[in-house]
Amino acid sequence: MTASDTQTATTPSNGPVEVQREARLARFAVMTLGPIAAAVIASGLILVVFGINPITYYTFVIERGLFSGLGLEQTLTRMAPLLFLAAGLIVAFRAGIWNLGVDGQFLLGAVASAALAPALLGVLPGWIVLLMGFVLAGLVGAVWSVLPALLRAYQGVNEIITTLMMTFLGVSLANVLVKLVFLDPKTTVPQTRTIPVPDRLPRLFDSTISSGLVWAVAAVLLVHVVMTRTAFGLKLRTVGANPHAAAHAGLSVPRLTVAVFAISAAFAGLAGASEILGVNGNVRADWNPAYGLMVIPLVFLARFHGVGSIILIFFYSALLIGSESAARRVGVPQDFTLVLVATLLIFLGLAEWLDHRRRKGGG
Amino acid sequence: MRDLARTSLVPLPAKGVEAVGLVSVTKRFPGVVAVDDVSLGIRSGEVHVLLGENGAGKSTIVGMLAGLQLPDEGHLTVNGVPVRLASPVESLAAGINTVFQHVMLVPTLTVFENLVLGDAWWHRPPRALIEARIAELQRDFGLRVPLDAITGDLSLGEQQQIEIARALLRESHVLILDEATSMLTPQGADELGERMRRLAERGLAVVFITHKLSEAYRFGDRISVLKQGRFAGEIGPDALAAMAEKDAVDEMVQLMFGSSDTGLASAARQSRPRGACSLKVSGLSTQGGVEEMALSDISLEVFAGEILGVAGIDGNGQKQMAEAIAGQRPVTAGTVELESRNVTQESVGKRRELGLRYLTDDRLMEGSVGLFAVSENTVLKEIGAPPFWSYGFEKPARIAAHARDLIQRFSVRTPGEATPIGHLSGGNIQKVLLGRELSGAAKVVVFNKPTYGLDMQNIAASRQRIRDIAEGGMAVLLISTDLDELLELADRIAVMDRGRICGVLDNDATQPAEMRTAIGRLMVGEAPAEVDA
Amino acid sequence: MEALLTAAFLSSLLTGAIVAGIPLLLAGLGEQMSEKAGVLNIGIEGMMIFGAYLGFLTAWSTESIWLGFLGGMAGGMIVAALMALLCVRLGLNQIVIGIGLTLGAEGLTSLLHHFQFSRTYPRLPAPLRLDLPILTDLPVIGPSLFGRHPMVYLALIGVIILAWAYRRTNLGLTLRAAGEKPAALDVAGGHVVLIRTAAVLFTGAMAGLGGAYMANVAAGLFIPFMTGGAGFIGIVLAMLARGRPVWVLIGALIFGAALSLTTALQVAGSNVPTDVIQMLPFAAVMLVLVIWGRKARLPAALGLSYERGAR
Repeated sequence: MTASDTQTATTPSNGPVEVQREARLARFAVMTLGPIAAAVIASGLILVVFGINPITYYTFVIERGLFSGLGLEQTLTRMAPLLFLAAGLIVAFRAGIWNLGVDGQFLLGAVASAALAPALLGVLPGWIVLLMGFVLAGLVGAVWSVLPALLRAYQGVNEIITTLMMTFLGVSLANVLVKLVFLDPKTTVPQTRTIPVPDRLPRLFDSTISSGLVWAVAAVLLVHVVMTRTAFGLKLRTVGANPHAAAHAGLSVPRLTVAVFAISAAFAGLAGASEILGVNGNVRADWNPAYGLMVIPLVFLARFHGVGSIILIFFYSALLIGSESAARRVGVPQDFTLVLVATLLIFLGLAEWLDHRRRKGGG
Repeated sequence: MRDLARTSLVPLPAKGVEAVGLVSVTKRFPGVVAVDDVSLGIRSGEVHVLLGENGAGKSTIVGMLAGLQLPDEGHLTVNGVPVRLASPVESLAAGINTVFQHVMLVPTLTVFENLVLGDAWWHRPPRALIEARIAELQRDFGLRVPLDAITGDLSLGEQQQIEIARALLRESHVLILDEATSMLTPQGADELGERMRRLAERGLAVVFITHKLSEAYRFGDRISVLKQGRFAGEIGPDALAAMAEKDAVDEMVQLMFGSSDTGLASAARQSRPRGACSLKVSGLSTQGGVEEMALSDISLEVFAGEILGVAGIDGNGQKQMAEAIAGQRPVTAGTVELESRNVTQESVGKRRELGLRYLTDDRLMEGSVGLFAVSENTVLKEIGAPPFWSYGFEKPARIAAHARDLIQRFSVRTPGEATPIGHLSGGNIQKVLLGRELSGAAKVVVFNKPTYGLDMQNIAASRQRIRDIAEGGMAVLLISTDLDELLELADRIAVMDRGRICGVLDNDATQPAEMRTAIGRLMVGEAPAEVDA
Repeated sequence: MEALLTAAFLSSLLTGAIVAGIPLLLAGLGEQMSEKAGVLNIGIEGMMIFGAYLGFLTAWSTESIWLGFLGGMAGGMIVAALMALLCVRLGLNQIVIGIGLTLGAEGLTSLLHHFQFSRTYPRLPAPLRLDLPILTDLPVIGPSLFGRHPMVYLALIGVIILAWAYRRTNLGLTLRAAGEKPAALDVAGGHVVLIRTAAVLFTGAMAGLGGAYMANVAAGLFIPFMTGGAGFIGIVLAMLARGRPVWVLIGALIFGAALSLTTALQVAGSNVPTDVIQMLPFAAVMLVLVIWGRKARLPAALGLSYERGAR
């Protein structure tokens, strides 16, 4: 079982496609906008059941997340870690690897950067500290994937189970590190030393938007270009679509598999660093935003497409920010976003199924 | 499967009564009419051969009888009554049992567990009863059924016997054998023929599906010929009994192709003087696995301009040998030399660069990536190499031009080079793969079952290409399970059995019958009469 | 270290192993059946949380813990029915849908709880204990092992029944055929879609029961997200147990002990950080996989949908 089975169903075609533009647009509308509309409506009906007017709710969320100045800035800032995670997941899924362990890789990357930065600040110039923080986080993320990678590549052990295990381990290890090793002695709350706001990633223009966003967008675009336009990307896609064909074509499937894990996990580590060095400034004990499971559906919905992922993550981020205030003002818990994402996934699946049936029926 | 509880075979309908019938049956798939208005009657006590080439509609008929597919038009009858067989359960209940071309046993279960498979899950398997029935079958039909063996450990031939036994354990009125001899030795095929004869004598209706003319003549009471989905004609029992093999074959060819020329029966290749040794394999051994044959001490030489055929029953290490030569499979001992250069340690890519090409038998799962465009598949073995990539970046125009050229030279029928290769027919995928292997400076080409599953026209074209390749001075290693193909093309024929080469014979095209016997003997491990060491 | 070996410590460790282990056992047994049949049921976490919620709600409103368990099973089966419909009937990707169902069930139960109880967390009355006579009076192990809720014994009986059924009836081989080579089961007259659907529903019932046990017996209340990855541990247990119910039991007790060691250590007055201990079972599993990984064989058709006639 690999992600490639899904790829069969979800990637329309990997190659240079000369399908008429209109047909593609129509297909996009049905296959992407259709599930989104259906999910919004279905989740709205759930709100109705609870006696909430969905139009009021959605209007509030959109206004708060997209059309209020501060809300939009928060939305854009929140995108950074999600985009880094998406970059990592795109690599993994296109190569047919289920990296379900991004949350552990994310947290350990966060802790690594939170531990390194305060120690070096004042010793080295600020930008070098930030750079080193990112590099270390990426490395730590990658290291956390080595065991599942080797087991998958050389022993054929299913990576779903191992990456899940490593996430459980990683969450606990992050807590141990925060509570025992990198504890800030000056606070009573168990947390790492806080990076002063001026030493964090610079903000964009005069806003509160962290510049991590720029790097995150660049990361997704880079991944997209590499996966669709380069030899390395084609090798990974070949391994993902058909490992037997890859071996037959002379590709070293085990080595490519390990590389995929390392790259994917490194991006998850970078996501952690961007959250700490850009926004939070420290890691608190028991902090685990669990972004990973959220981003997976979005990447699927975008069919592993870079630009598509950026757009979807933008709206999802706005939804998160909007629903946070909606929890206080409209009285709908933020967990409503989970319901929305879940219905979205289910309708996406149904759309794929209908499409598959239509094609089969039509020859 | 209540019938497992029975203790012996119940009396079957009288001989010659129609057990199962097809009445004006039509079945369409997207783009093709697989079966076109076919009517057939399968009678008790007869071995009824369904003969036709690939794509003639045989498998679709099997699918409908087995309950896997429903006819679009027309209907089936059982004992003269119209029925609708919408699932395998209904087909089994009607007394129709099928032994499929590909083994339909669960490899990780024991033989016994496979025999009771399909029974209600809350039942406890009636061990003693089945033991008794199996003993009976062993006695009556010579079936070997080791109840406690893990099914996957048995050879394909042994597994087929288990499937036949399973069919007989149920209340079988009709037994369908789909391409059942493809995994058997010539001797094993004869045994199967004998077994079918005895089953028919017991009153069963036996349907034997094949594309081999001589088997049709030797094993059948009645031969129905299918051609492109249509019923092309029939040779009844009386007529068949009166014919000599040669006349019967002529008649069958006439029905199958509309003329007595198959386009295949071209003169066998004349043995040619040998060139220099292009490929030398010495003492090659590999590790085996659960479902993989280990190679032990394989040695052979292929000379420039020569075709060395490799005969053997499927699954005796042919694929493993091809993979080891191509560099896809780690070896535990031995060397592979390409034009006197030791390449044992070289990668797949390096060997390809040096001129060693391997055309896999698994076009869909190994040779191509179905989702990728035809163009991408043509360069799949050269990812990253100039001129299709520069500095790691793809040059789509160059790749497309290369693909269009290949499509034209190998007459691939495809809407365009951007079409996903999975949408093409097997024959056209094969042409793309062949074009891919022959591009650049090929010196040695390893073919693994190159014509398997193709229609006659594509088979003829493929064989001609293989001839041309050898004429052009390349060395060809031709692995095939089709003896006729080897007899037609090869200069010498090596025989493989259980991961070893058990003999190499010079092909004598003037004496096909003798060659067949000699090869068959080698396959079953009998000492060869004459071995060219 | 001597303090660790006191009766109080051992007793509370055993208690913890069972209280925390039973939900894992139930989930693991359920998941095991799905996996045998070829369905990788990632949605099990969602089935547990939905079972926990519905189980709690039923017990709270009917004041019957037994009806609560039934409610829990029904809750798990509702989510499982969706999984069966989407993945077994329609053949959608099992992992994507599984993740979706888990997220959806977590979100929905959180909403349901919010709109019904707002920020309060009502408690159920203390659960029933079935004190087995004489045995309960044994020192140390007595109260831990033999003074538990009847559901504990039912779960253990479940292990025995499943082990027997897998071995002695056609159940085991039918499931295995569906997971290894569904086409072979189909042509042999079995019903692939039916058996897989039944397996998924069974998983839902067991996972829901496990969730209800967590809410009604272990905690006595419902908190959103309270299953906290127990379902995922169930998946791991099922994969490691290689088809044997008894191994699920052993694994569940080990994980249960580790997860509850915190309490036991507090009883013993030790201050080893809890996170370190919680890592132990996962680290142990990874070690096992590193050593025996090659043998961790999964059903050949696991995760693949079956469509008759498709190659």
